[in-house]
Amino acid sequence: MAITEVKQTSPSQAAASSAGQQFQIEAKTLDLFYGDFQALHGINLDISQKQITALIGPSGCGKSTFLRTLNRMNDLVKGVSIKGEVRIGGENIYDKNVNVVELRKKVGMVFQKPNPFPMSIFDNIAYGPRAHGIKKKSQLTEIVERSLRQAALWEEVKDRLHSSALGLSGGQQQRLCIARVLAVEPEIVLMDEPTSALDPLATLKVEELVNELKQSYTIVIVTHNMQQAARISDITSFFLNGKIVETDVTSKIFTNPTHKQTEDYITGKFG
Amino acid sequence: MNRILEEKIVKVFLFITAITAVFSVLLIGVFVFMEGMPIFLKYGITDVLFGPVWNPSSGVYGIWPMIVGTIYVTLIAILIGAPMGLGVAVYLVEIANKRIAKLIVPAVELLAGIPSVVYGLFGMFAVRSIIAELERGPLADYLPSNYQTGYSVLTAGIILAIMILPTIINISLDALKAVPREYKEGSLALGVSHWQTIYKVLVPAAKSGIITAIILGVGRALGETMAVIMVIGNTPLVPVLDWTGLFAPARSLTANIALEMGYAGPEHQQALFATGIVLFVFIIVLNSLTTLLVRRKGRK
Ligand SMILES: Nc1ncnc2c1ncn2[C@@H]1O[C@H](COP(=O)(O)OP(=O)(O)OP(=O)(O)O)[C@@H](O)[C@H]1O
Ligand SMILES: [Mg+2]
Repeated sequence: MAITEVKQTSPSQAAASSAGQQFQIEAKTLDLFYGDFQALHGINLDISQKQITALIGPSGCGKSTFLRTLNRMNDLVKGVSIKGEVRIGGENIYDKNVNVVELRKKVGMVFQKPNPFPMSIFDNIAYGPRAHGIKKKSQLTEIVERSLRQAALWEEVKDRLHSSALGLSGGQQQRLCIARVLAVEPEIVLMDEPTSALDPLATLKVEELVNELKQSYTIVIVTHNMQQAARISDITSFFLNGKIVETDVTSKIFTNPTHKQTEDYITGKFG
Repeated sequence: MNRILEEKIVKVFLFITAITAVFSVLLIGVFVFMEGMPIFLKYGITDVLFGPVWNPSSGVYGIWPMIVGTIYVTLIAILIGAPMGLGVAVYLVEIANKRIAKLIVPAVELLAGIPSVVYGLFGMFAVRSIIAELERGPLADYLPSNYQTGYSVLTAGIILAIMILPTIINISLDALKAVPREYKEGSLALGVSHWQTIYKVLVPAAKSGIITAIILGVGRALGETMAVIMVIGNTPLVPVLDWTGLFAPARSLTANIALEMGYAGPEHQQALFATGIVLFVFIIVLNSLTTLLVRRKGRK
């Protein structure tokens, strides 16, 4: 299927497999049901390290659902059942003995709507590390500064670290949420339409940030914005009705897609 | 034309009902103060408020024992009832599955509907006898010899704790339910455990609602009369302020009024109204606290 083409056409992935490396994330014939309704059909997707993978597709096609299978956020939804596997670092995260809390430390998530906690900027960032047992003030201060710098927010907030995070603008809040995830030092960052609630300028800032983060993190991003996918991602995967139509190098998807459906979607014929 | 007239009539009618509520409070307040003030004027505010002896037959009207008794009992009720109520609310919102919730919620509603005299009966026969066993048995060596009956501050505190549970559960339940789901998801997505998420994000985010719940619980405990009368022993003495005081019989402000109004002479009656003034002030302070809290939250 599409997936084999990816392995042939993606230079970086080809390099990864020729070096004998595993992909960092491997979804294998993944089915997901909300009760009786099947939202994902046999998803196969390999995602390699330190790349940006964009998930695109029309509304309701299962992008968020798939993304949320990667950190088992769907566990929170009642009546969800899953077949197939998701391997992260070679380990099936749906195995019985997997510690979901540990998994989510490794696989961070940024949501569509910025969701800072109702506490100070500092406490928002320090929240994760504190919960994971870091108590020393100096260490926390250091983590907060590093994370905010990584999220390109430090300069804007360094003088008001102890005022409420709810007083920040939408774009700042979203970068704060990204910093909050980075403070936990994940390996993978999932982003579900992180800029859909932001104005163009704030969107640009977040995009730049995501591009920076690629150096250290594997990023999977859901977006409705074709230009965004084209601008920032290395690999793009096109979802339709709970299935993956094709996955390929982004430039190829946007210039010369293999499937007619992909072309129709990208050129705006539907969706 | 007619429509406008109709609207005016409705408006006036609604205004009158609203005014009636305000008027009633004022009327009751003024009435209680007028009837009770003479005692304060005659014997001096501090002597009445802080006088440790209540002996109407010889004209000594110290309300202090009842003030201490009321605060003591209310404090115990809150110390037991607030954590329990919050626990139940957290359990219902975050942990219980539908089937269990369907069992608990009606039970809590029922608890709210039980008349206080029935609580009193339960306290008298169930709780009191356990306390009495303790007083006569393992604690006998440490307690004054007249603490034998089980009628005590602790008994009343326990009964009140159960009585305020529905208030605390329902209001903190609403507060917890109103916490945006995004907070929970955001926290869990950071690899923070469910339990930590509850006490580091969800409960703090519902804080003002939970405090309101506790304040209303305090109000309910302060005002409760019948159940307290039935289990507290009604001795107008200041309970000792160490742990043995828990087992002392005492008397609340409400009990004081209800027990003695029936046979009180004119001055004695005024002293009971003075007791009412103290109760009134307690309630006003509590209500202002709640208002303050709500307003502060509104500003944020
Ligand atoms: N909690 C749920 N319970 C039942 N069905 C759900 C639930 N969440 C999503 N679905 C359904 O699953 C399908 C996929 O939803 P999903 O949110 O993954 O789509 P999406 O591609 O992210 O869409 P969008 O671009 O609008 O965010 C939809 O048909 C949706 O109605
Ligand atoms: Mg979505």
